Amino acid sequence: MEVREILLGDEAVALGALHAGISGAFGYPGTPSTEMFEYVEPLAAEYGIHARWSANEKVAYEEALGMSFAGKRAIVSMKHVGLNVAADAFVNSGVTGVNGGLVLMVADDPGMHSSQNEQDSRFYAKFAAVPCYEPKNQQECYDMVREAFDVSERLRLPIVLRMVTRLAHSRADVVIGDRRPQNGLNPPTDKQQFTLLPTNARRNWAALVARQGEIIGESEASRFNRLELEGRDRKIGIIANGVACNYVREAFGGEVPHAMLSISRYPLPLGLIRKLIEACESIYVFEEGYPLIEEAIAGINGIGKPLHGRSDGTVPATGELTPAIAMDVFGIGRTGGIKSTLGHVPGRPPKLCQGCSHADSYTLIKEVLKDYPVKRTFSDIGCYTLGFYEPFDGVHSCVDMGASVSMAKGASHGGLFPVVATIGDSTFMHSGMTGLVGAARDNANMTLCILDNSSVAMTGTQETMATGDALYNVVRGLGVPEEHIKIINPLRNKMEQNAAILKAEVEYRGLSVIILRRICVQAARKARG
Amino acid sequence: MKYDVILAGVGGQGILTIAYLLDNAAINRGLRFKQAEVHGMAQRGGAVYSHMRISDREIVSDIIPEGRADMVLSVEPLEIHRYLYMLSPEGVVVSNIAPVINIPDYPDQGVVLDALYNLPRPVALDAGAIATEAGVPKAENMAMAGAATAYMPFDLSDYEPIIRKLFERKGPEMVVANMKVLENGYRVGKFTRALLEAGLPGAVACRAVAMCRPDSLDVVHAPRVVELLRGQKVGEVLSKAREGLITLDDLIVELA
Ligand SMILES: Cc1ncc(C[n+]2csc(CCOP(=O)(O)OP(=O)(O)O)c2C)c(N)n1
Ligand code: SF4
Repeated sequence: MEVREILLGDEAVALGALHAGISGAFGYPGTPSTEMFEYVEPLAAEYGIHARWSANEKVAYEEALGMSFAGKRAIVSMKHVGLNVAADAFVNSGVTGVNGGLVLMVADDPGMHSSQNEQDSRFYAKFAAVPCYEPKNQQECYDMVREAFDVSERLRLPIVLRMVTRLAHSRADVVIGDRRPQNGLNPPTDKQQFTLLPTNARRNWAALVARQGEIIGESEASRFNRLELEGRDRKIGIIANGVACNYVREAFGGEVPHAMLSISRYPLPLGLIRKLIEACESIYVFEEGYPLIEEAIAGINGIGKPLHGRSDGTVPATGELTPAIAMDVFGIGRTGGIKSTLGHVPGRPPKLCQGCSHADSYTLIKEVLKDYPVKRTFSDIGCYTLGFYEPFDGVHSCVDMGASVSMAKGASHGGLFPVVATIGDSTFMHSGMTGLVGAARDNANMTLCILDNSSVAMTGTQETMATGDALYNVVRGLGVPEEHIKIINPLRNKMEQNAAILKAEVEYRGLSVIILRRICVQAARKARG
Repeated sequence: MKYDVILAGVGGQGILTIAYLLDNAAINRGLRFKQAEVHGMAQRGGAVYSHMRISDREIVSDIIPEGRADMVLSVEPLEIHRYLYMLSPEGVVVSNIAPVINIPDYPDQGVVLDALYNLPRPVALDAGAIATEAGVPKAENMAMAGAATAYMPFDLSDYEPIIRKLFERKGPEMVVANMKVLENGYRVGKFTRALLEAGLPGAVACRAVAMCRPDSLDVVHAPRVVELLRGQKVGEVLSKAREGLITLDDLIVELA
């Protein structure tokens, strides 16, 4: 009998990977990718596999690559900006290739529902010259990841599975297949493969480039790239990718009357694209993400026919696509929607929880900085970024994980004073540590506040790498002098004494680290069960 | 058949549990569904929503096209207004009347309720009161799901196995209590729907239903209530200040 399960897109990837015989799952949390790993984690013992969060995405990717080296299958997950962190390992793994199957699930966030940008990971796959899958629905999430592992081992390349928020966080029922056993241990025999000395790297890279024809050929033949010409109107030809294909179909009420090419596997199937262009009078590219397909086919001279998409403003240049946008693009009238008699509906942004330690930490910092004419605080990514808002007004930068520490250091060398930075415990362990090593060496005139709430709170209170004494020991070990590491509990009734400690360290002309320690309210609730 | 719902509320109000209930009810009936939600903000108190699509055929898009939703279901009365652009002109609105006031510019509560009542097809309920009466004050979301069921392709019996799965480990009395909340929500939804379909204005229908104990709302008496509410002293009866709720029978007596 057919077995069905209700799964989020992320979870369908997870179950597909488990059934494909992975021996490990690796990752660092990040919306909208987190649920992939979280689905695998509690099943790790049952499946006899490794699954524990890594310190950051680069580490996670390298761990997965190491497992592949050993001959086993591994999946690694991250959000799109996480791939910037893992990019060095990822791009080079295209040159080494893999041994056991390796799939990178990277979740993009078009529309920036909870991210700093909406970068498109398909460009990374192209950059590394490796294949990329882009599921349209939950069933394809499950099916594609299984296929991707087979393809990875056949082509001996890492495979990218590009998710987007709407699919990652949407549930549907999925038909489940059989469970494949894990691979046996089988380390590589070729000494050159994973050793990217220039001589070896040149050989590997040339081989990878030479195989692009074969890899494109697989895209042409893939069941996930579909060209529909027969019986269709050819005045307009439509190219769409991943979930954008769904929006086009929805806009036309299920049946698209025009010629259409649906793309879900890369590198681009150039032959299919050529066929569509030849058959049609004009081409519309409806693309979730940056205009990768559009720019590839436009080249410099265009296609000799009208070409419409994000670049000419037919499709909005930025943001997430929707069925409504598809209707507008294809001139399908839409009605409906009711006007609110309230007029303006006030926004309801997320807020720090009642009792959140970050609120008290920002109140403390504000109190200490009130005596200084210049108040600029560097910060980072996490729940504590909400310190940007009133009444705290305690965040003047948030760029990428770890930037608080290094930007503070740079600003201090530029003469800014006082320089105060805030960073969460998980962000510190992710990328703050490396910045702090340099700050310690230079005894930079800055005060780093590590907000240790024992949790990766923002993404749903995952386990943090180091908290409490372990975190203190890391800071100490990085070379920060003991007398300038202060541990405080940011309680409101200890405000005066805490303010005195912080003030003294801000005044100290050199590096200080203040660890503000109190568990996240939600993490504490979860721990109580 | 297709039924598209926008679920709305404030973080922490349990709209994902409503979604869970509806997802599973759809599957158990052999229907297809898709349900897209927002994740990732661990903090509480922000606006949250979910797109819930149910159909007897393949569903292509995870998100509902603008202006095509059959229902906006909200556990908070201001949140309704954030998603009205999604509602079809024939669509209904099912809303809790209890506000969550955690922003400085929350509009006047009376204005918010009037705006709800004056929508084309409003169903309003005091979800907290229904939940508290059954001894599970946090089950506001279940009251909302019950009310929505009056319009959806489900029966209360569809929920029983799912509620059991959700609450059995907390004790059999939790299963009974949550089913009771669902049922009383359903009574409010069903009764209001009958009044609206008989042509009563939303404000009259909602105010009349709001006066009655939910467990006394039996839809067989709806025609009688409609007849009386079309009569003379309606305004007077509905605006009379009272302590607590009355039964439907008492309302009928008063109106007559
Ligand atoms: C490179 C990268 N990886 C992951 C994320 C997603 N993300 C945002 S905040 C955060 C963790 C924050 O944890 P912590 O620093 O402990 O702060 P808290 O939320 O607990 O206050 C993560 C993983 C990101 N924005 N960028
Ligand atoms: S989840 Fe934790 S860290 Fe985030 S706002 Fe709530 S209490 Fe603060």
